[in-house]
Amino acid sequence: MAESSWLTEFPQLDRADLRDIRKSLDAGYREFSREYGEFIESFFDPLLTFLVWFEKLLLATPWWLVIAVIAGLAYLASRSWKLGLGVVISFMLIGYFGMWDNTMRTMSIILVCTLMAIALGVPIGIAMARSDRAQAFVTPVLDVMQTMPAFVYLIPVVMLLGIGKIPGVIAVIIYAIPPVIRLTNLGIRLVDKDVMEAATAYGASPFQRLTGVQLPLAMPTIMAGINQTIMMSLSMVVIASMIGVKGLGQPVLKSITNQYFTLGLLNGLAIVALAIIFDRVSQAYAKRAQEHMKGLENG
Amino acid sequence: MADVLIEIESLYKLFGNNPAKYMPLVHEGKSKDEILAETGHTLGLKDINLQIKRGEIFVIMGLSGSGKSTLIRHFNRLIDPTEGVIKVEGTDVMQFGAKELQEFRRHKMSMVFQRFGLLPHKNVVDNVSYGLQIQGVDRAEAKAKAVEWLDTVGLAGYEDQYPSQLSGGQQQRVGLARALCTDAEILLMDEAFSALDPLIRSEMQDQLIKLQETLHKTIVFITHDLDEALRLGDRIAILKDGEVVQQGEPEDILLNPATEYVEAFVRDVNRARALTVETVMKDPAYRITAETIEEALKQMKGFKQDYGYVVNDEGFQGVVTEEALKEAYADDKAADLTVDVMESCDPLEPGAVLESVIPCTLESEYPLPVVDEDGNLTGRLSRGTLSDVLGERSA
Repeated sequence: MAESSWLTEFPQLDRADLRDIRKSLDAGYREFSREYGEFIESFFDPLLTFLVWFEKLLLATPWWLVIAVIAGLAYLASRSWKLGLGVVISFMLIGYFGMWDNTMRTMSIILVCTLMAIALGVPIGIAMARSDRAQAFVTPVLDVMQTMPAFVYLIPVVMLLGIGKIPGVIAVIIYAIPPVIRLTNLGIRLVDKDVMEAATAYGASPFQRLTGVQLPLAMPTIMAGINQTIMMSLSMVVIASMIGVKGLGQPVLKSITNQYFTLGLLNGLAIVALAIIFDRVSQAYAKRAQEHMKGLENG
Repeated sequence: MADVLIEIESLYKLFGNNPAKYMPLVHEGKSKDEILAETGHTLGLKDINLQIKRGEIFVIMGLSGSGKSTLIRHFNRLIDPTEGVIKVEGTDVMQFGAKELQEFRRHKMSMVFQRFGLLPHKNVVDNVSYGLQIQGVDRAEAKAKAVEWLDTVGLAGYEDQYPSQLSGGQQQRVGLARALCTDAEILLMDEAFSALDPLIRSEMQDQLIKLQETLHKTIVFITHDLDEALRLGDRIAILKDGEVVQQGEPEDILLNPATEYVEAFVRDVNRARALTVETVMKDPAYRITAETIEEALKQMKGFKQDYGYVVNDEGFQGVVTEEALKEAYADDKAADLTVDVMESCDPLEPGAVLESVIPCTLESEYPLPVVDEDGNLTGRLSRGTLSDVLGERSA
């Protein structure tokens, strides 16, 4: 009879065994977070201090100055007065509908997350491009990061660090960093072999090749990755608000639970406005920086 | 001029995962195809031995797949050989560590590439000074030098353009200027002109020849075009399936092809343009050293021809025919052999290409004398010789 049972039913693990495994894993991780939680938290302290300082800075600065600075940066990056005007109008509207403070909070966390993602992602991408072994190791990790539902990795992060800004930042970075890593890797690998060979033939050191040839030539691709990273971290704002990250995500969360359609829509639109501004500015900048590469192929 | 600068000894390159394991097969003398079928390894280069002298243009010629681009990349170790010795100025390049190799590439050799290999994100002047920037030369100094070289290759005024804004020929001029800018003694040119259209190509060849007259670099030039090889090369090595099938001076290859393969190549060459008078002329026989008409006639009888070249202490004087001598003999047999008796004829220069001497050689009834700069008779060129050389079969 035992034989027919595995033919008709999947030979699955005993319920008791499964429970034991779960228990021991959970207990083990709980133990680990009790043991090292504080140490790890203190490790992130400087980041937290910076985050808090940056958020306060944005909130304390007069609104017109913030708008002027952002519009100015947008203009400098894109050399398009239309984009600058768009920035001014969007922020005016955001402020008018009472979402100024939340927008500043969201912007501060997005900026910090993006900077962290670039600071971590570009070197990882470079390492991947230089070694096939690193690529073989990192690629599946990136696959997991991109497909694992965000809620799942929020659990251990929250267990370890509790609720607040730092776990939020970590969750956003995990979610948003893969594009910049992948596209840095891709960009460097796609650099014209002939140009690299020429650099080598003239005696360029590996570092000179990286900074003088590979990174500049891979820059359009890397910029596309950074652009994606910004977009993805913005889309993570709502989920991050579930673990206590303040900003535009919280009102959205509140609207979901209380069915406030208009509140949700307005805050959602504010996120979209931020996304579009970041996207257009970063793309315009990338395009302008690569102007002379146009028509390279038919040269 | 004659000292050897680059020496390559029994160089082998086997491409594949484990070349060392299969090298014995190569030494057994198995062919490229056999090795590929048995081991999946490609034999890139087989037993290459070359000696390149200081100040010469050494052309390595072969069709695609002959291993010529692989070979040139061994000179600066963009590709490492499986076996063999590469010596530059007597130093074994294979012994270099990473740092030494870097220094070696910076100062000893520079390279021009078939597809230019310019940095698309840098403007022309920064491209030209790239080698100097890598060396850490002061920016202003590097730039000044780059501007100078740009001027030399005829691209003054293009400093701030980007490579994508230039034509192919201009881009390769930038490539050439970049290579010259480091003052490296050795210039590696990998099919440098092959990507250019014919007119620009011959223009660039002229420029290279002109530059070489003043620079005296040691140039290793790769090409698949025999005409180009003959035009530029002081010596040529012909590569087939990774082996050198013949090496020697251009005339040598043209007139004495070592194998059928070389012969097939050589058949299509415009010999009239590739060969010079001195390479095909016959020895200077039929000298007439007599001072009087009578003696001259006697001398001419001796070599059974109806013409002769009059030569004295001051060198070549002119040509006399039997007919003219006999006429003069009837007049006054003891008279001096003077210019009056001689035919008016312009002697040929030894360095002239055959094409330029075809008309006068064909019109002349006797072989034309070849006379060097010092006025010495060095040879003679007949219609027969010319038609033999330019005809289907080599002389």
